[in-house]
Amino acid sequence: MWLFNSSIGRKFVMSLSGLFLILFLTFHFAMNLVAVFSGDAYNMVCEFLGANWYALVGTLVLAFGFVVHIFYAFWLTLQNRKARGNDRYAVVAKPKQVEWASQNMLVLGIIVIVFFVLHLAQFWYKMQFNEIAGLDLGVDPHDGYWLIQTTFSNPLFVVLYLVWFAALWFHLTHGFWSAIQTIGWNNNVWLNRWKVISNIYTTIICVGFAFIAIYFYAIA
Amino acid sequence: MSQIDSKIPKGPLAEKWSNYKAHQKLVNPANKRRLDIIVVGTGLAGASAAASLAEMGFNVLNFCIQDSPRRAHSIAAQGGINAAKNYQNDGDSIYRLFYDTIKGGDYRAREANVYRLAEVSNNIIDQCVAQGVPFAREYGGLLDNRSFGGAQVSRTFYARGQTGQQLLLGAYSALSRQIGKGKVKMYTRHEMLDVVLIDGRARGIITRNLITGKIERYAAHAVVVATGGYVNTFFLSTNAMASNGSAAWQCYKKGAYFANPCMVQIHPTCIPVHGDFQSKLTLMSESLRNDGRIWVPKKIEDAKALQAGKKQGKDIPEEDRDYYLERRYPAFGNMDPRDEATRAAMERCDAGFGVNNTGLAVFLDFSDAIKRLGKEVVKQKYGNLFDMYEEITDENPYETPMMIYPALHYSMGGLWVDYELQTSIPGLFAIGEANFSDHGANRLGASALMQGLADGYFVLPYTIQNYLADQIQVPRFSTDLPEFEEAEKNIEARIQKLMSIQGKESVDSIHKRLGHIMWEHIGMARDEKGLKEAIEMLKDLKKEFWSNVYIPGSGDDQNIELEKALRLADFIEIGTLMAHDALDRAESCGGHFRVEHQTEEGEALRHDDKFAYVSCWEYQGEDKDPVMLKEMLNYEFVVPQTRNYKK
Amino acid sequence: MDKNINVTLKVWRQKGPKEKGRFETYQLKNIFQGASFLEMLDILNEQLIKEGKDPVVFDHDCREGICGMCSLYINGHPHGAATGATTCQLYMRRFNDGDTITIEPWRSAGFPIIRDLMVDRSAYDKIIQAGGFVSVNTGGVPDANAIPIPKENADLAMDAAACIGCGACAAACKNGSAMLFVSAKVSQLALLPQGRIEAARRAKAMVAKMDELGFGNCTNTGACEAECPKNISISNIARLNREFISAKLKD
Repeated sequence: MWLFNSSIGRKFVMSLSGLFLILFLTFHFAMNLVAVFSGDAYNMVCEFLGANWYALVGTLVLAFGFVVHIFYAFWLTLQNRKARGNDRYAVVAKPKQVEWASQNMLVLGIIVIVFFVLHLAQFWYKMQFNEIAGLDLGVDPHDGYWLIQTTFSNPLFVVLYLVWFAALWFHLTHGFWSAIQTIGWNNNVWLNRWKVISNIYTTIICVGFAFIAIYFYAIA
Repeated sequence: MSQIDSKIPKGPLAEKWSNYKAHQKLVNPANKRRLDIIVVGTGLAGASAAASLAEMGFNVLNFCIQDSPRRAHSIAAQGGINAAKNYQNDGDSIYRLFYDTIKGGDYRAREANVYRLAEVSNNIIDQCVAQGVPFAREYGGLLDNRSFGGAQVSRTFYARGQTGQQLLLGAYSALSRQIGKGKVKMYTRHEMLDVVLIDGRARGIITRNLITGKIERYAAHAVVVATGGYVNTFFLSTNAMASNGSAAWQCYKKGAYFANPCMVQIHPTCIPVHGDFQSKLTLMSESLRNDGRIWVPKKIEDAKALQAGKKQGKDIPEEDRDYYLERRYPAFGNMDPRDEATRAAMERCDAGFGVNNTGLAVFLDFSDAIKRLGKEVVKQKYGNLFDMYEEITDENPYETPMMIYPALHYSMGGLWVDYELQTSIPGLFAIGEANFSDHGANRLGASALMQGLADGYFVLPYTIQNYLADQIQVPRFSTDLPEFEEAEKNIEARIQKLMSIQGKESVDSIHKRLGHIMWEHIGMARDEKGLKEAIEMLKDLKKEFWSNVYIPGSGDDQNIELEKALRLADFIEIGTLMAHDALDRAESCGGHFRVEHQTEEGEALRHDDKFAYVSCWEYQGEDKDPVMLKEMLNYEFVVPQTRNYKK
Repeated sequence: MDKNINVTLKVWRQKGPKEKGRFETYQLKNIFQGASFLEMLDILNEQLIKEGKDPVVFDHDCREGICGMCSLYINGHPHGAATGATTCQLYMRRFNDGDTITIEPWRSAGFPIIRDLMVDRSAYDKIIQAGGFVSVNTGGVPDANAIPIPKENADLAMDAAACIGCGACAAACKNGSAMLFVSAKVSQLALLPQGRIEAARRAKAMVAKMDELGFGNCTNTGACEAECPKNISISNIARLNREFISAKLKD
């Protein structure tokens, strides 16, 4: 199967799963934005995405996307290290056209996952998981607004989340256009356009997330 | 009386090749599978021949000294390839291409061969386009052409400034396809050191594996040598560092005639020499002469100021510039053939009008073209060449005129071959620059690519069958035969001898001395006294080499100095043969200019009554003078005239 | 203006593929800046030969930037820091008096070291042999002008065809990927009607061979393009991806 045993196939999987995750981030961002305007509206969204079958299916699909993306990331990196050979250059100079992020995608990805686990513990565990498992955490699974308020009233979490968004920004500025390139939707003209688009898009998302975190700290 | 049979088919010129093909012997497909052919070299001629022969069904063993067949020096040809397509509707035809080539060669080429070359030139373009060679095109989608020296029509097809590269990669891709299919066995980093004869026929070669140093034997039914030219004899040339004449020279030593060795081409537009550490000379494409104007100052004091670095080219006012090619050859102007452009540059520099610190350079000026076409157009046409020039010389040719000087570029001479491209040894063929056949005394620009591919794609694959048809009963030879044994022993002894000298001089330093002798005495202008001196000097140099060369390392391992030494040993002998040939040819023609034989205006003076022949040199043994046989050139269809590019 | 400079060289020396290599340091005095980098190495070798030592082995041939034989990883860059030029087109005026120059071979699993700075790049030939051609035999082809080709396509094909197969792309790539090389050939032939016919087959065959030979997966860092002496664009890689993916989806 070419999605496993060809280099471009593997990269194709990486791209599709990556784009899928970007799409998810976009929805997530839109959802968070609601919280800025209305706590009630936000809680309605939370309720809608609670323990309903479609939300659970969505969560499973999403989880699959994450697992595939992460699994392929490690697999590809291992293969690439092997292809690089055992001897390393004594002197390496990065050409200025090469983005720093592009050479550190795995590291950036790992940072993103670590914070992601924190995020899951702080939100998903207390909301959707809480609801399905019927835990008694003393938290209303549908009162996401309250969760946001309490989490971001703590400056430590605000800072941690900002670091996370920064890593995400680096990861996505390369990841976005790189995914498009791997799928093959690129040419001489679009090469730079996609890079600009992915910079703008990523900045909107990451700055937006950061804004929301800071906003809630500010109003706390 | 002709002593040598060139096997030219009978009949009218235009029908000779068709007649030949109609009557030659062929080998049927089942028998082709049983026949092995060795092809040495993977340039345009070698790669195209190996691929074509394998496509036909022969088993091909292909050898090259580089790490990949794609790196042969054909790749460096910049300008283009000629063909008589007449796509530009400017009156071109097969006959005109034939005539221009014969005339450009100063009436020292064989009519029948040249006509065949012009005839198949069109097939080459078709073939290359079919292979995916990205030739330059017009907006309408059709192929573009440009003009080259020595022609009044635009018949040169090109792929930017990298035509040789694209054609070679085309042939390489065809070759790769056959390697992938297993029909060609490719041996890279293998250097041919000898040809093995059995019962007077070429039946194999001895090679040295350049990585392991191992001497290896290969047998086949026929051997094709496509190893290029020998101008690295001069040390400095536009050839690649590893280009050498050794394979052809070993064939000569085994009895193949070496033809017209003195005829080498000195290309007029190269970047001048800048120091004694220099390893090679860089060619600037002849296409530059389409728009560049060549000049030196009119006043000697301006030249002196330029040489002293007190003035620059742009400081010399228009009226004080001598556009000497336009002055001497009004009809062709800057697009004069190479030999004349070269000599004219030498004449001006000898007269003291050289424009750089060594006094050995002339200007190639684009200021008019920039005024006429705009910088952008000039940049589009020649941008990569200008960039290359600036990188090497640190001068910007958009602002200050380029400096150029002639440099050794191509050898018209080479192994003698008959109409079938077979040398005087049965079963040994020579194609491309390695043979002497088509360019006479001077090669026109964009004709080398044409000849290499013509030989490899369209001529040899036919003619070799005429030979092989009689060989189908001959079984494969074992490489354990005494002939192979002996050849290998000789090679090993030679290497042993070289390694045991342990003298004081490095190979390169002796090679540089050889280059000086060649350039001074057997270069652009030759005379009897100088040539005789050169023969003596080369005798001494040979002695010096064989007693004082130092080669580090060991003979049976990778050894880059040994590789160079083996080639240099042959270069010294090739240089000597060139001197003999130049001495014998007491006339001036094409690239061979004897100062005793020139007109009052300083133009080359041919003596058709005495020298309308190909000089075919036969080896007589170590340190014995070679014997010259003549293949008379009978011009049946064109009348040799004094070349005139003035009007 | 060019002048004479002194430089210190740190050169990778390695006797054979399996032997352990190390850096040797050499001092060179009075090198004219108008000399090419390889002429500087010639001078080093002359010096070593005079001292009775083994010269440094490195690949080189045409010395005009077209044969693709020269390599060398110079101060962290394949073919040196100059852009759009091969090592043989690098001149000493790019260096200053007193500079230390580190010279290493290509380091990539696909290019095993033969000796010193010479590596084995035959893997690239094998990839071409797998499909980097148009399957036409000599003779029997249509007239060259029978199929008009839009100038833009011919120019794009030529841009891709300018690849010299030197291996700098894989050498520069932290993933040891040969995608730029493969994509240049696939693009050249896919852009021309003559090569279009077997474009899908070619893309699949060449990628399969590339993977088989152990080259890495492209992660679009763009180092290959930045270091390519012929400025081959990574948009060719996008085209290869497109060709390959659509071929696989059609299967």
